[in-house]
Amino acid sequence: MVDATPHAEQGVPPAEVPELELYHPKSWWTTYVFSQDAKVIAIQYSGTAIAIGLVALVLSWLMRLQLGFPGTFDFITPEAYYQFMTMHGMIMVIYLLTALFLGGFGNYLIPLMVGARDMVFPYVNMLSYWIYLLAVLVLVVSFFAPGGPTGAGWTLYPPQAILSGTPGGQSAGIILMLVSLILFIIGFTMGGLNYVVTVIQGRTRGMTLMRMPLTVWGIFTATVMALLAFPALFVACVMMLFDRLLGTSFFMPALVEMGQQLSYGGGSPILFQHLFWFFGHPEVYIVALPAFGIVSDLISTHARKNIFGYRMMVWAIVIIGALSFIVWAHHMYVSGMHPWFGFFFATTTLIIAVPTAIKVYNWVLTLWRGDIHLTVPMLFALAFIVTFVNGGLTGLFLGNVVVDVPLSDTMFVVAHFHMVMGVAPILVVFGALYHWYPKITGRMLNEGMGQFHFWVTFIGAYAIFFPMHYVGLVGVPRRYPELGDAAFVTDSVHTLNAFITVAALIVGFAQMVFLFNLLWSLRYGREAGGNPWRATSLEWQTPTTPPPHGNWGDERPVVYRWAYDYSVPGAQQDFIAQNDPGPQRAGVRPA
Amino acid sequence: MSVILVFLLVVAGFSFWWLSRHRLMSKPWLEHGVHTALPETDVAGMPTAKIALGIFLAVVGSLFALFSSAYFMRMEYADWQAPPLPNVLWVNTVVLVLASVALQCAVHAAREGRLDMTRLALAAGGLATFVFLAGQLVAWQELSAGGHFMNVNAANSFFYLLTGMHGLHILGGLVGLGRVAAMAWSEEQVTERLGLGVDLCAMYWHFLLFVWLGLFVLLAGWAGDLIAICRQLLT
Repeated sequence: MVDATPHAEQGVPPAEVPELELYHPKSWWTTYVFSQDAKVIAIQYSGTAIAIGLVALVLSWLMRLQLGFPGTFDFITPEAYYQFMTMHGMIMVIYLLTALFLGGFGNYLIPLMVGARDMVFPYVNMLSYWIYLLAVLVLVVSFFAPGGPTGAGWTLYPPQAILSGTPGGQSAGIILMLVSLILFIIGFTMGGLNYVVTVIQGRTRGMTLMRMPLTVWGIFTATVMALLAFPALFVACVMMLFDRLLGTSFFMPALVEMGQQLSYGGGSPILFQHLFWFFGHPEVYIVALPAFGIVSDLISTHARKNIFGYRMMVWAIVIIGALSFIVWAHHMYVSGMHPWFGFFFATTTLIIAVPTAIKVYNWVLTLWRGDIHLTVPMLFALAFIVTFVNGGLTGLFLGNVVVDVPLSDTMFVVAHFHMVMGVAPILVVFGALYHWYPKITGRMLNEGMGQFHFWVTFIGAYAIFFPMHYVGLVGVPRRYPELGDAAFVTDSVHTLNAFITVAALIVGFAQMVFLFNLLWSLRYGREAGGNPWRATSLEWQTPTTPPPHGNWGDERPVVYRWAYDYSVPGAQQDFIAQNDPGPQRAGVRPA
Repeated sequence: MSVILVFLLVVAGFSFWWLSRHRLMSKPWLEHGVHTALPETDVAGMPTAKIALGIFLAVVGSLFALFSSAYFMRMEYADWQAPPLPNVLWVNTVVLVLASVALQCAVHAAREGRLDMTRLALAAGGLATFVFLAGQLVAWQELSAGGHFMNVNAANSFFYLLTGMHGLHILGGLVGLGRVAAMAWSEEQVTERLGLGVDLCAMYWHFLLFVWLGLFVLLAGWAGDLIAICRQLLT
């Protein structure tokens, strides 16, 4: 056993990075509205993301009502259905999940977990939120614009995205969508720079990279990826905006529309697809990596065991991040490509399953013989593992060209990606909110309502998406607002569709219980104290809860150990905080 | 998409190099005590703002690499008809090089604490940059006067789009340069912050010069020749 710390006895080495000069708010406005405190910004980000997410939830209900009971609702025309579908997808992926994981959890957790007083550029951080809010507002405006929002599908493929046959294509819808995305990317870049630089430069003494909680690793890597991948969407959006507004032909081929030759010519829709998916595939992991990190911490804390294979977990996160940039064309098998390319992208897609599987094994091995507490956050974390494995396995099917080609346009794909990047990350969002709510508010969320919320959501999500796999295997196409009387659409498909719709409505209403719980517990929740889960990482060791502006009082904490010293043999408590200078180590029995 | 992949390979190489200096092989579960957050081998003195600018430039680099990738892919299509290269671009390139040189002089002057020289160099750099932007507008005018409008051909569209995007980034840089200049002309003694500000400006200008040279090669149509030569060398 080598003591890797030459300075351990000579006291604490000086901090490498000088203390941040905090901005001290002077009025109510600068404290709570135009705040530069990362924690307030985090809550603003989360609130906005959840609010717009509710819109997307309602849109999914409307789509399900149409699919389950076609023809019953007059106002859901095919055009409206496409608009609901587009907005649902775009909001959920970008304005909810990306913003919530990076803007919400990133802002709240990074400074606290690495022992910083705030983000390194608080003013830029504040701007980031306000630009994000502007992007959301532009998106909301498109609902009320003449012609309504765009109905081009969340991938916005040209040429149809800007043609008159698509809802919003020749009205303001698509323009507002593109402008909103461009704003989102600008705002995100501001925030993203903050998250990355804070991890690089803001860590407190003793917090080496390899002592950071996996949550920080996940958010950090995802942010680096997002910074490099979002420009692809930016490029695609700007060029499409030019095509739509200035008549250029980047993406637009020569077209005859309603018997009229359009002025476009020579452009390449495939070029857009390359750009879009060069962003789109990393985006999957931009959402998944923070979820991976958070789940690792939830499992370790609530199983009272150190995370299994911490190093491997860190490496897996980084390797997944790197690999995710060379798999994008597996979304384009049906667009046609050289067989060697298909082979290449199928191979890389399957390779990425290796580090992902390592992570799953490590979660399970962390649980193995752990002192598992089935708290609400833990339930959500466990549900995530199951769901992620489920969605990941169908991903292995779809990663192969020969399997993907027949399945690509069926509900099977809808089931796959909802499982893997819809339900799974959202379960982590819930788990994380139940876990960190006590730190944010000082009160526990109500356990009974939490259990109800969990079971209805978990079982309900499977009731929705599991049958969808079968519906897809039968050959039911996705993107169709109505199935009609095709022979391959059996009666059981119609029954299942109705069943899925009922399940979706129930799951949706269960989320209202959760929202009620968030508000109710603010006032009536049990007092949490500083560290209700007896967790080791720094955010639970703040002198006051909720942590004030500046987080740490007079002195920033000093870190003596990694974040996973649970159930250390010979220790007085079953956890040792990261800033506890005591001598015990995990895995080492005192002599 | 080869340009962006090469660019990302460089970024990934740098990231892994950086990570490799952070004791990724250590076994944190066996460690106890206070480490320095950054190992001795690291450039611990690097100011936060500089690191942030470096990362931002990686984002900007990714953006232009993607634009170039799109350019190359769109070039393959039959309707591609590159516009003639306006001669004024040569002048513009020289002027932007001069701006970069001036800012580099400002860096040296600021390091040596010569305030007059710093001011002069900053002013010269700013002026040259404005001249560059004006020159770009002249190039646009020249093209459109010759009937090469934006929507005539995708090659024209790319010309306006790429130069415009580059110009916008220069404009953003000028805002930063303006703030540094205000610092240089203010009465207060802010030598250290001024030095950092000048450093950052120079870094940004050098990078945008590098981007411009890349775009120039692209727009002049030499990129295709370069690729052809590379292919010949490889086969």
